[in-house]
Amino acid sequence: MSDNTIIKVSGLKKYYNGDQIKALDDINTTINKGEVVAIIGPSGSGKSTFLRSLNLLEVPTDGSILFEGVDITSKENDINVHRQKMGMVFQHFNLFPHLSVMGNMTLAPRKLLKMSKEDAEKKAKELLKMVALEDRAEAYPSQLSGGQKQRIAIVRALMMSPDVLLFDEPTSALDPEMVGEVLDVMKKLAQDGMTMAVVTHEMGFAREVATRVIFMENGKIALDGTPDEVFNNPSNERLKTFLAKVL
Amino acid sequence: MNSLLLALMADSGNQSWFDKTKDDFVNNFITDDRYMYIVNGLKITLQVTFFALLLGIVLGIIMAIIRSTHDKTVATMRPGIGKFLLKVLNAIAQVYLTVVRGTPVVVQLMIAYYIIFAASNNKVGIAILAFGINSGAYVAEIIRSGIMSIDNGQFEAGRSLGFNYAQTMIYIIIPQAFKNVLPALANEFIVLLKETSVSGYVGLQDMSRGGDIIRSRTYSAFMPLIAVAIIYLVIVMFFSKLVAILERRLRNNER
Repeated sequence: MSDNTIIKVSGLKKYYNGDQIKALDDINTTINKGEVVAIIGPSGSGKSTFLRSLNLLEVPTDGSILFEGVDITSKENDINVHRQKMGMVFQHFNLFPHLSVMGNMTLAPRKLLKMSKEDAEKKAKELLKMVALEDRAEAYPSQLSGGQKQRIAIVRALMMSPDVLLFDEPTSALDPEMVGEVLDVMKKLAQDGMTMAVVTHEMGFAREVATRVIFMENGKIALDGTPDEVFNNPSNERLKTFLAKVL
Repeated sequence: MNSLLLALMADSGNQSWFDKTKDDFVNNFITDDRYMYIVNGLKITLQVTFFALLLGIVLGIIMAIIRSTHDKTVATMRPGIGKFLLKVLNAIAQVYLTVVRGTPVVVQLMIAYYIIFAASNNKVGIAILAFGINSGAYVAEIIRSGIMSIDNGQFEAGRSLGFNYAQTMIYIIIPQAFKNVLPALANEFIVLLKETSVSGYVGLQDMSRGGDIIRSRTYSAFMPLIAVAIIYLVIVMFFSKLVAILERRLRNNER
């Protein structure tokens, strides 16, 4: 395994009802440092399940996930420590409604990394500036628009200085005119070298920003290649019909 | 003060409605310092309610966390000592909830006084225990409903940041759940305050019993019982007002 590998997935399986439903059926792949991996596929193909099992929000039935060389599926390893290095952004933002923007951002670094209040707030302000929301630090999530919420959710994850960011359909719950502002932030992160895995329906993003595209179908990786390979000469029949529908 | 009132009474010759009411009042509350039955009873009532409430909240939170942890996680837990322990704790909590909610509080109080703590004569302590254990069962279900009402995404967001189960509960779930169940908890407090009025069954002289003692001395029921009723009502109204303010303040936080 090269030094560049951040996540290595081997033989990952997720079954429901015994082995009646195979949500993930023998997934093998690696994610390298600095890669932006777009995971696309029809609904029910297992792409969200795959992403969520990377930080064990879904506990896999079988297989291993090496994160920075450590098998996080093993009971000996404390998943909570490793999750601190794997940020996650959700479709429905999942901001904490009882905390202000500042509270949302500083809670985890202060409690888990024992960062001082001043340091945490200083870092939060810098990140808020990056997403152009520095004037909303004291606002509560209910006062924000969807696009603002998602940008806050991204910087909340960044507060922990993660080595990889997992995005679970980050723009699917947004009004169309707000999709752009969130994608812009993600683009900026990609340019800064952040490693990202993004489940998305935004084919434009997958084509322009992603360095790699994984097409999933029936719990399997059906195709794994550069955006050019996937979008410009789709060899797979199922991918062709999928792209015909979404493009 | 007493003698002055008595002197005033003696002065009045033929009794008007007003005088009769005044007589009644003096007879029920002033003579022999009878109002002290109500004052001392009120102290007992507040004491029992307050400590039973504390005990109930502590018990309730523990039971609620056991029950909701079990319901949320046991299906996905790996087999092992942790899972076994959780199942045992959940079973104990279930029995507690079933028994306490399935029997009248008066019966529980008498069982506590005459059977379990028959050797003790600390009536206030026994009443606090009995009412606290009783209230805990209701508080448990209130808080559990609050925890279960929080969107699972909140839980996942906490876990994805690296918080463990307990930290996620403490920093993220419980604060939100508490706000959601505040009205129900306030209601439980009101019920508890009024339920302590059965303390007389084990000879504890709470406020209701105090009013009843005055009635048995003066053979006039109206004044002492209405007085007791008004005091309960005033406490409840005052408390409801407090809770309304607290609720508004918690809500304002989010607007």
